[in-house]
Amino acid sequence: MAAPRVAIVGAGPAGAFAAAAIKRISGEAEIDLYERLPTPWGLLRAGVAPDHQEIKRLQDTFERQTLRRGCRFLGNVEVGVDVHHSELAELYSAVVYATGAQTDKSLGIPGEDLPGSWAATEFVAWYNGHPDFRGREFDLSARRAVVIGNGNVAADVIRVLTRDPDELARTDIADHALEALRASAIEEVVVLGRRGPAQAAFTSAELRELGRLDGVALHVDPEAAELDPVSAQWLAEEGTFTARKNVELLQGFAASPPNAGAPRRIELRFLTSPVEIRGDGRVEAVDVRRNELTRSDDGTLRARAVDGPVETIEAGLVLRSVGYRAVPLPDVPFDERSFVLPNEAGRALTPEGDPLPGVYAVGWIKRGPTGILGTNKRDAEETVARLAEDLREGRLHEPPADARERIDALLAERAPGAVSADGWRAIDALERERGRSAERPRVKLTTRDELTAAAAP
Amino acid sequence: MTYVIVGSCIKDDSCIEVCPVDCIHPKPGARDFETAEQLYIDPEVCIDCDACVEACPVDAIFPEGELPEKFSYALELNGEFFAEQSTADRTAA
Repeated sequence: MAAPRVAIVGAGPAGAFAAAAIKRISGEAEIDLYERLPTPWGLLRAGVAPDHQEIKRLQDTFERQTLRRGCRFLGNVEVGVDVHHSELAELYSAVVYATGAQTDKSLGIPGEDLPGSWAATEFVAWYNGHPDFRGREFDLSARRAVVIGNGNVAADVIRVLTRDPDELARTDIADHALEALRASAIEEVVVLGRRGPAQAAFTSAELRELGRLDGVALHVDPEAAELDPVSAQWLAEEGTFTARKNVELLQGFAASPPNAGAPRRIELRFLTSPVEIRGDGRVEAVDVRRNELTRSDDGTLRARAVDGPVETIEAGLVLRSVGYRAVPLPDVPFDERSFVLPNEAGRALTPEGDPLPGVYAVGWIKRGPTGILGTNKRDAEETVARLAEDLREGRLHEPPADARERIDALLAERAPGAVSADGWRAIDALERERGRSAERPRVKLTTRDELTAAAAP
Repeated sequence: MTYVIVGSCIKDDSCIEVCPVDCIHPKPGARDFETAEQLYIDPEVCIDCDACVEACPVDAIFPEGELPEKFSYALELNGEFFAEQSTADRTAA
């Protein structure tokens, strides 16, 4: 089997796991990792919360299994802008899309777009120093913030909003965010969950962590922690280990008096949905309604609004965290209903549903925004098995002998600021060096200019 | 003694691949794998060989005696995962 030439579009965890999986089946494979940003590893750098540094160690594995094994990093190059799918399709035997899910689901309620109402992921990208979000200005001058949603992104933003800034100062949080958080007036974060305590999407580790923050009182109303009959039955019959742990933890929080005298407070509310975000020119309040759970025909538990008064929660900041959504890619198929690149086990499908050998998907653009970091390893192995099968069966196109020279010439002309693996290592070394004197893991560079200057040979 | 997996586990299955006694669960393909928030080590089976610690890319595994205070809950949690499973198996049988 001749070694393939593969372009991977997106150097986040899915792209990195895919590159590693290809190298495992074909050590001679020529792999180019295309990335829109000057830095690799996607959400590992720009998503994983700064107070979860241990997870960021995965970058050492990515480095070892990809860049150290000869994969090229082509950072600061945008596929669809600097270089096009048709060019990649000609100059590589396979193109693997690992572009993730780059936008957020909306709530579909009035006032969602008022200034002061943000997608939680914008806040995350900002505090993690993503260069495209450097200029966002989050107004943290109000006393109360509302976080809508109960998943891991919600847990991250709740911690960052309430944790003592001196603790965050020991992490790699972006300096501009640390400065803003030091001046923050937010004392209370109210968290809204559409469904009940048994259905909260937090992991029990995240929930436990929220209950252990120094200087933060976690408040759960005892009544809110009680299970309704539908949930009690669901938990007994179909509940996961995590769901049972979550209910135990929440009932424990409800039963213990919150940390008296703590300067900041988190309140977890369940069976509550926002119906409108209100304010004169900016967010001033969130109107919410109570829900009840019903079992739908397909067996899933759904939240349904109950009749009753609308309650108003005054707040100056709203972070919406109800899920990610992928965006269409130029010149490749996209399923507008399920928001993925249509595929069968990672091999792209035409709009007619026929296999499209040579084009693959991995990660969130393949399966939708579910799973955790390690999920992408198995996901990548599945996609790479399809690629290997197509290679074996002679279904992949043979790129011209001078393909690499042609791609390099094309990039030299169109993407003069491209960042190589060595360029990234120079950025990495400088950030760690800046961190050393401050006793932090790194101090991030947060603009494209700073990043590309640090990468320049 | 046993080794213990803590909540920073990313469900990369490197530890499962190297475990000589197959004591890390749930495994990919198992019924409860996708919904599990992390992997767990069966304290009844673990032989303290350290192979998983070497394999874990995010340092989420500790020997029981070296478990940091903030993860102290995890010892009981790992055991409980398997205790529940055996109860479920007995109930199903």
